[in-house]
Amino acid sequence: MSPDAGPPALLEVRDISLSFRGLVALKGVSFHVNEGELFSIIGPNGAGKTSIFNCINQVYRPQEGTILWKGDSLMGMKPNQTAERGIARTFQNIALFAHMTVMDNIFSGRHIRMNHGWLAGMLWWGRAKREELENRFKVEEIIHFLEIERWRKHPVGLLPYGIQKRVELGRALAMEPELLLLDEPVAGMNVEETEDMARFILDIQDELGITMILVEHDMSLVMDIADRVMVLDFGQKIAEGLPEEVQTDVDVIGAYLGTTGDSPVPESG
Amino acid sequence: MRSRPHLHTSYSADQALMPTATKKVALATFLILAALAPIASSIPFYPDFLGNNDWMKLLSHVAIFGIGALGINLLTGVAGQVSLGHAFFMGLGAYVGVVFGAPSGDLWGWGLPMWIWLPMAGIIPAAIGLLVGPAAVRVRGLYLAFATLGLVFIGEWAWRNLKFITGGSFAGRRFPEFQLRMWKEEEPLVDFASDGVWLGFEISEEAKVYLLMLGLLVVATVLAKNLQRTRAGRAFQAIRDRDIAAEIMGVNEFKYKLMAFGISSAYAGVAGALFASFVGRQIPETWDLFLSVEFIAIILIGGAGTVSGALMGSAFVILLPRLVQDFTEWLSNVIADGEGLLASVADAVISVSPDDFGVVNILPGAGPGLSVFQLNQVLFGLLVILFMIFEPLGLYGIWLRIRNYWKGWPFTY
Repeated sequence: MSPDAGPPALLEVRDISLSFRGLVALKGVSFHVNEGELFSIIGPNGAGKTSIFNCINQVYRPQEGTILWKGDSLMGMKPNQTAERGIARTFQNIALFAHMTVMDNIFSGRHIRMNHGWLAGMLWWGRAKREELENRFKVEEIIHFLEIERWRKHPVGLLPYGIQKRVELGRALAMEPELLLLDEPVAGMNVEETEDMARFILDIQDELGITMILVEHDMSLVMDIADRVMVLDFGQKIAEGLPEEVQTDVDVIGAYLGTTGDSPVPESG
Repeated sequence: MRSRPHLHTSYSADQALMPTATKKVALATFLILAALAPIASSIPFYPDFLGNNDWMKLLSHVAIFGIGALGINLLTGVAGQVSLGHAFFMGLGAYVGVVFGAPSGDLWGWGLPMWIWLPMAGIIPAAIGLLVGPAAVRVRGLYLAFATLGLVFIGEWAWRNLKFITGGSFAGRRFPEFQLRMWKEEEPLVDFASDGVWLGFEISEEAKVYLLMLGLLVVATVLAKNLQRTRAGRAFQAIRDRDIAAEIMGVNEFKYKLMAFGISSAYAGVAGALFASFVGRQIPETWDLFLSVEFIAIILIGGAGTVSGALMGSAFVILLPRLVQDFTEWLSNVIADGEGLLASVADAVISVSPDDFGVVNILPGAGPGLSVFQLNQVLFGLLVILFMIFEPLGLYGIWLRIRNYWKGWPFTY
């Protein structure tokens, strides 16, 4: 449990507090994510799960606390700088570039892995041409990995929801990140799509070795695939541990099912 | 591979500008036909009127506005930053061009050759664009539109008062002619500003200018198309579609918005300088809000965010008034000729004499109904509204639908 033991954690969040005027979104939340781990954050709606992602990306600036990436602070960076450090992200409500094709969306994930400027691009000359063609291989690898070949040249806005979710995952993978933030990757999916996505997530962990933080409401998915789970309620951490530990935690059950006074929580949950 | 014409066996073939043979052939044919327009009368089956000087002028106008439209399309269509400041940057480009290119006299002019003044007309507006850009790109949507609207009014005020450059209201000044020189020698290497014989054909001044504009438009188009399919162009589109997601993907929003602003201003500047020289004499009031609005309309009608849309839009918007005029003239001839259903319908629409009722009147001066000019204004507004409601992708969207229909024909998909 303690980050002091062994090598420093990939990501360490220390005591962050975030509020919007009077509304407290996060209050003194701390956790760490080790390399190669699939860490999951769960909690009822409005618990502050997505806010944590927005803090890591520095879209929101927490008023207190600090976020360390491999020991260095991420605080005060611009969102695009967190991307350059190796943090990728998918969104709860799909945030694809709707007018671009699947290929171009995934290509735009390669932005930080390419270097050519506008002038070389305009002239389709030298580095621009070379990079565009080289990176196409990487894009095709991801298209193949996620099994979306047949939609390669489709405008992404016209695709079914489940496929869009997959393309968004592909766009994040194209960044070749070290940490991948997954915000409800299976929200609104049927069982089959959920299983597909779970398989992709496990493959990402095993084959690509990417560390992940998973925010999800689908408890069976989380309990199946997460290495460790943190539970948030009203912006505060109420539990952290292995899935089976968290499942039986009294506070967690209380947060999800509600408690009346201090009466004991029923066994059957 | 002959049996599968669309099978690409390499990524470079797949990512080429013209990925299919059909596109290549169609484009080559179109370009050859366009280049042959000046000698239309000596080619069988080629519509002769295209080679007439007034049509040459009209088509040059289309090409120049096409270059300008590529610029506003980049900023508004591709990067999603609605700007009404296009006319300002066009004016700026025109006056930079004239200061560099016009012979010195009462007004500022350094008499430098075209290969200097034309690029400068792009570079300096781009630099000014980058200078004012940081203030503009911090606001979005309507606020940006209003901020850039301010530029147009500041510009108009400046052009009216910088009389030593612009010649002031009413007078205006002459703009440099299209002549290629090494330096300041008397005899130009290539003179687009007088009639002459090229390759054994009599080519008028208007036709020469047209060929020059066509060439510049092709270059501008290729550059724009390339930009749109490479890293920076994707970043622009990403910002347009989802700005926060784009940032989280690693796109520096500020930098790329500014870049779009700068490149768009360069296009505007070049188009402005070309337009001023093409017309010959311009007054400061040319670069007004209406010009900016016209460019927004061009890309809305053509299809925002697409290169071909910008070009189709400018052709449509420039040629429409001429077609309306020709059509009304033709109708009035029908009336004059006599009887029949068409004549009576036309008579109801067009008023040919002061006491004749009609929606449109072709008489000089005020009369019943709209003048042809007013009719054009009405049509213009109407078209913008209709396109926004029925075909947000503009002419490009219509073309896409036609293409997709015939692609699968006789099946529906």
